[in-house]
Amino acid sequence: MEFGALIGLMASVGLIAPAQAEEWSRGAFAEKSLDSAFRVLGADKAESASVMTFTAPEIAENGAVVPVVVSTSLKAEQIAILVEKNPNPLAAQFFLSARAEPFVAARIKMAETSRVFALAKVNGQWLMASKEIKVTIGGCGG
Amino acid sequence: MMGSPMRIRAQENNGIVEVKILIRHDMESGLRKGDDGQLVPACYIHTLNVKAQGVDVFHAQLGPAVSRDPFIHFRYQGLKGDTLVVTWKDTKDDSRRDEVVVS
Repeated sequence: MEFGALIGLMASVGLIAPAQAEEWSRGAFAEKSLDSAFRVLGADKAESASVMTFTAPEIAENGAVVPVVVSTSLKAEQIAILVEKNPNPLAAQFFLSARAEPFVAARIKMAETSRVFALAKVNGQWLMASKEIKVTIGGCGG
Repeated sequence: MMGSPMRIRAQENNGIVEVKILIRHDMESGLRKGDDGQLVPACYIHTLNVKAQGVDVFHAQLGPAVSRDPFIHFRYQGLKGDTLVVTWKDTKDDSRRDEVVVS
């Protein structure tokens, strides 16, 4: 389902107010622990999967700019990136249309050395891969 | 107020369009102290949307943990000549809209 359609549906069944449907809602971004962010995403049952590819440096000299690449060999509808030890673990999430390939690359900030999780939603089910990234200089404030 | 123009590259190869977007934006987390020792107020892009020929292909929600001057790279099934419309919006309601034609 398209993201806009999902929001529209949620609005129509009263899950969110119409005003919020237009406005960005912090949602899972506001969560302060990895567990609660996973729960709000609906990803608490995410399973590690070999179809996930998560590429990131093992050591990030500058935590303000950590390049990450997430892809899967299966068609995905959503991709999320979470940093366990950031003040708010969810860094970004991407909603992919049927024409979008299951691939996204971005650059994120890391406050300190942490396990980083790449999630992909495939046929309504979350898959994940994770990686420990060592940070030499934290990028929390940057 | 309006953000700086985005740098967007979109190139088609074998039916797949590679889209690379570079946005100039401070992505202030609200946790950083300025030179005066005071916290710099949060201001970051929270939404990025890409349409191809008027149809949504990619939609991102970003938090303050996306790096300053965000770089986003994705791929979609498209054609040379597709017009992409990329828009973003930040937490202070600044926004920007740029167009590019896939080469």
